[in-house]
Amino acid sequence: MSDDKTGKDRSRITRRKFLAALSAGAAALAIPAGKAEAYVIEEYFRQHFKRLSKDDLKDILAKMEEELSFKYGKAVTAKATPPPDNTVFAYALDLSRCIGCRRCVYGCVKENNLSRDPQIQWIKVLEFHTNNHKWQGLEHSNRYYEPEQVPEPGKFYVPVQCQQCKNPPCVKVCPVQATWQEPDGIVVVDYNWCIGCRFCMAACPYGARNFNWGKPTIPKEEFNPVVHYLGNRPQYKGVVGKCTFCIQRSREGRYTACVEACPVGARKFGNLMDPNSEIRYILENLKVFRLKEELDTNPKFYYFFSMGYSVKS
Amino acid sequence: MVIDAINEIFRTVTTGSKEYKAWLGFLSLLALVGIALVARQVDQGLIATNMRDQVSWGWYIANFTFLVGVAAAAVVLVVPYYIYNYEPIGNIVLIGEIMAVSAVSMCLMFILLDMGSPERFWHLIPMIGIFNWPQSILTWDVIVLNGYLVLNLFLVAYALSKIYAGKPYKTGFVWPLILFSVPAAISIHTVTAFLYLGVPARPFWNTAILAPRFIASAFCSGPAFMLIIFQIIRKRTALEIPDRALHKVAEIVTWFMALNLFFLGSEVFKEKYSHTAHIAPFNYLWSGLEGHDHLVPWMWTALIVNSLAFLILLIPTFRKNFKMLNTACVFIFIGVYIEKGMGLIFPGFVPDTLGEIYDYMPNALELWISLAVWAIGLLIFTVGAKIAIAIKTGEIGHANPAAEH
Repeated sequence: MSDDKTGKDRSRITRRKFLAALSAGAAALAIPAGKAEAYVIEEYFRQHFKRLSKDDLKDILAKMEEELSFKYGKAVTAKATPPPDNTVFAYALDLSRCIGCRRCVYGCVKENNLSRDPQIQWIKVLEFHTNNHKWQGLEHSNRYYEPEQVPEPGKFYVPVQCQQCKNPPCVKVCPVQATWQEPDGIVVVDYNWCIGCRFCMAACPYGARNFNWGKPTIPKEEFNPVVHYLGNRPQYKGVVGKCTFCIQRSREGRYTACVEACPVGARKFGNLMDPNSEIRYILENLKVFRLKEELDTNPKFYYFFSMGYSVKS
Repeated sequence: MVIDAINEIFRTVTTGSKEYKAWLGFLSLLALVGIALVARQVDQGLIATNMRDQVSWGWYIANFTFLVGVAAAAVVLVVPYYIYNYEPIGNIVLIGEIMAVSAVSMCLMFILLDMGSPERFWHLIPMIGIFNWPQSILTWDVIVLNGYLVLNLFLVAYALSKIYAGKPYKTGFVWPLILFSVPAAISIHTVTAFLYLGVPARPFWNTAILAPRFIASAFCSGPAFMLIIFQIIRKRTALEIPDRALHKVAEIVTWFMALNLFFLGSEVFKEKYSHTAHIAPFNYLWSGLEGHDHLVPWMWTALIVNSLAFLILLIPTFRKNFKMLNTACVFIFIGVYIEKGMGLIFPGFVPDTLGEIYDYMPNALELWISLAVWAIGLLIFTVGAKIAIAIKTGEIGHANPAAEH
């Protein structure tokens, strides 16, 4: 909450600065065609994120704030916080605690400004039968379970999202380097550079990439006004998006939205480089596993059971 | 001189029999319908298609894959004529190359149609955008497809301009390019196979035999298509195409269909005998998976028509009977179109990486738009072939019909 307030203040300042720059004639793109058109033209010719100079980026973020503030009717803060030093983010998920409530799914949708119509969800919770305590492989899962109450007896749940692979197949196949791995291990997408070929979706073994098949829509009142260029800013029709470990939060030292939304504490998140972090404790003291190890993608997303096989409901 | 030539070519294209004009009109109509629907797709986004996150490539990419094979098949004419000096094929090599040009053009159109943000194509242009080469196989495909298009356009234009001017066609000069067009043709289809087989997330594609299978089926479908076109051409124009030439091509198709069926058999054995979890997409295709079996009739149709075609072609008396040959060609075209289109692309995504089964079939919009691309490709081919034949037969220009191609 306090974040939103500081966000508001910051956005006001940057917006004022931007307007001042405009009136001073310093903004190169303030052409007479009108601001909206100028923005469209600038967007079309905008360079890849990594090729933007500091000043370019500042201008772009300022314009984005103005544009989004106008569109969603609230003060927006647009950031491009760089990766913190000596940090590699990792995630661990306690399967013995997960009750399949999907609060993480909706928390993520809201935090990351994902399209409601068409509906996009970066987290998928898979339901499995506990048949003879045997892991049956992903093909026996059900994503569309709808019981009155969760958890159901005889079922267990495996939430899947981007596994933030150290060896990401999606990055390798992208023909234009619109997706890449940041120094803190997060695989990001430049929504202004993606051409929408969807090769990354064919290459991802975890179904972690979602395409904007139609124009994304986000209700004004639910719009999260603190956005990151490589994360939760609104996406466009025809581009691919994915979980970024809530880059807009994690890079500010906060937990991801899914960690905060989880009512049973099944989700653990932290810095692998910090020997005192919770994630390091889990990796060092519990038996963990990762999905599809045979593909050598080397995920930074671990699963573990803290309390034996399954939760008694 | 050049102006005269252009005028003459323009006249050739715009004059012709009633059937010719009706054919062009029909193709243009289909193209227009498609363009109108493309406008809808651009406006709404790819949500206007039946593709979704689970099956993220569909009918467009299926057609693209099939057509890369058709384009590569020009080699089936280039090799016997230029490398083995098999004379009877001389009159049709050019037509084969024009077909390659039209097929690659269609491929590029299908790729553009499948892109979510096609207006950003400049991101792919080396130097201006960022070209993720050599990492991304898609960049390799961009290189080989465009290179193959330019190469064939050049070879056709060079040959036709020489024949038109009545000058000797110096193979010495273009010889290295002709030689190069052979591995280039193999490369376009190999690289296209590598797009899929290089993706371990999709076990159905992740098999080394995919590239050889692509080549084998391409050298069936492309020439099958050509065989029918050649018969139409020799019936309707003055271009002479001897029976021997057609029989040679049919013979080549026979052996590649044998290989194609053999490769399929190897895959069947591997999947059925090893019987791992990765058999799911295979079962989805051939017998259905958990009640999802809408591709099954298509696959069995493909297998049956391919096998029948092979039997017809295998028996020389059948192969040399044009009615039988044409039946076999139609069978092959249908068989390979199914096998390489829906039979290859769709099951790569079913079940999806998290085990979900999403039954994809193209909707009307995808079908109409694809039909329009075919219409545009056939327009390019018809016009190209009309010009080439007019020049070659001496109808325009200064060709000496007796001179060599």
